[in-house]
Amino acid sequence: MSDDKGRDGQMIRMRQIRKVYSTGRVEVEALRGIDLDIPRNEYVAIVGPSGSGKSTLMNIIGCLDTPSSGEYVLSGETVGGLDRNRLAEIRNRHIGFVFQNFNLLPYASALENVELPLLFAGVSARERRERAAAMLEKVELQDRMEHKPTELSGGQMQRVAIARALVNEPAIILADEPTGNLDSGSGKGIVGLFGDLHANGQTIVMITHDSAVAKLARRVVQIRDGQITEDRTVAA
Amino acid sequence: MSARRFEVLRAELLLVWRLFRTDAARQTKRIALTVLAIAWGTLSIVLLLSFGEGLKRAFNKGKRGMGEGGIGVLWGGSTTRAYNGLPSGRAIAFRDEDADLLAQRIPEIASLSREYAIRRGLTVGAKTVNARIRGVDPTFGQLRNIIPQAGGRFIDEADMSEKRRVIVLGEELADDLFGSQEVVGRTLQINQSTFLVIGVMQPKTMMGMYSGPDKNQASIPSATFKSMFTDSKIEDIVYRPVSLELADQAKWQIYRTLAAKYRFDPEDERALSVWDTREDQRIVANIGLGIQMFLGVIGTLTLFVGGMGVANIMYAVVKERTREIGVKMALGAKMRQVMTPFILEALLMTVVGGLMGTALALMLIVGVSLLPLKDAAFDFLGRPTFSPAIAAATSFILGTIGALAGYFPARRAASVNPAVSLRYE
Repeated sequence: MSDDKGRDGQMIRMRQIRKVYSTGRVEVEALRGIDLDIPRNEYVAIVGPSGSGKSTLMNIIGCLDTPSSGEYVLSGETVGGLDRNRLAEIRNRHIGFVFQNFNLLPYASALENVELPLLFAGVSARERRERAAAMLEKVELQDRMEHKPTELSGGQMQRVAIARALVNEPAIILADEPTGNLDSGSGKGIVGLFGDLHANGQTIVMITHDSAVAKLARRVVQIRDGQITEDRTVAA
Repeated sequence: MSARRFEVLRAELLLVWRLFRTDAARQTKRIALTVLAIAWGTLSIVLLLSFGEGLKRAFNKGKRGMGEGGIGVLWGGSTTRAYNGLPSGRAIAFRDEDADLLAQRIPEIASLSREYAIRRGLTVGAKTVNARIRGVDPTFGQLRNIIPQAGGRFIDEADMSEKRRVIVLGEELADDLFGSQEVVGRTLQINQSTFLVIGVMQPKTMMGMYSGPDKNQASIPSATFKSMFTDSKIEDIVYRPVSLELADQAKWQIYRTLAAKYRFDPEDERALSVWDTREDQRIVANIGLGIQMFLGVIGTLTLFVGGMGVANIMYAVVKERTREIGVKMALGAKMRQVMTPFILEALLMTVVGGLMGTALALMLIVGVSLLPLKDAAFDFLGRPTFSPAIAAATSFILGTIGALAGYFPARRAASVNPAVSLRYE
């Protein structure tokens, strides 16, 4: 496991993060000064209505986008002013994404999908295969390794995606509405899986508007109009 | 480390191949058409270049028809300026000993031959054919590329010293006289004198000639010629310089030597007439190159159109895969790792099309070479000829086009904003 956290013990440390989109003459301020600390082994749900800026926040946390101003330190590394390749490297090493629509490569098997981050990291074939297989076992898909995404159920696809997110042993799992496209049964399974991961020490940041899902997190951060309006820790 | 890099590359290539197959399944018609366009472009470029190569070789062969090594043909001319008390407009005609004079005085001349000529009837039985008969020295055969067919020979020194009545026939003249029978060893009559045929010229292509093609002429020893036609004068002298570089020197020496003898101004160019075949060879070589370049450019342009087709498809593929590119980026793919598949895919299409086109072109080239055409047109146009240089040029052009057709769409792919593309439907 990577143990490179920030000096102050934070996995994520955000100070006065602003994001401004300019579309022609109109400037839209999506984030207006976010201060957010997420320590190691936290299970945070970020909630808010659509248009609140939570997607923008997730993009910045995930290093898919860079803030217009402010300071962002991820796992001890200052993210800002980095070029695309460096950002790609940081995403590869520190962040495991889980998307609402799974985003699996349709032409690759479950195993190959899980191997992808390792491929980009330049890991050898044998090690890739072993680690990917181990992850699929962890999400109880050991007998679906050679299946293509189209041959899997929604819940299974999302578990493949979670295995993929975990395979590089990331600092945080960043999940964007992970149960949004699932029936309630499968959704429960996925939420349960997140709970297990958290119990094993994994830091998880989940973006959701499903209050039922959010309730399972240890901490809920509410966003509205680009600002944090509520940040409460739920008793275990 | 390098083994691991290779291994990673192999995995990437496998993925690319899989991608290509899914693309191919999705846009079969489009890819088929583009690959066909590339094949067509390759076919035309290979055929055009091969055709140019054949043409160049035919030209080269033709250029050798007159004689190799930058030979010159020298005639007497007439003076254009008064010199040393002698008026202009004076005709300069060679005497028999001039050839020896030039041979002795000018070290830049490697070999030379006198050429006497007369038109006479050649008679075999009841058949008589009128032809130009030349009296020449033994060197003439080598100089003017009159090479006897198997079983024959050209005039030699013994023929000269004994003034033998032997004759070498151009192949068409031999055919006219004897038909398809064996000719060497047979006899024919000129002015009631009997001549023994000692050789028949190998067919050759002549791009340039004077006094008619060699295939319709006959050669006899100059000594024999002089003894039969006693008042004849040298018509011309054929010479070969020691080297192409010394050809100008040789020409200048000829003017100087003959000017001293016949008392004309050595700067008076028209006093002699020289056909310097180097000029023609240069022109012919340039024409050959020019044609090849022209055909090459046309072929390349055709290929470029095909390349644009590939690029077009790749742009569409990039658009279609925007979401997938975003996913890969989110998972940590670097620029290179995003771009490589697109470039490889474009290259793959180009290579497949290129191989198809080349195979087809080679089949056509072999097909043409098997055609039993013995036509004058083929003598001059030549047959399309494939060469390693053409293969190299075609591969280079194809590779460049494929890489370019992949590069620009790949750059667009790499410029995708992952945050936006992940929401792209």
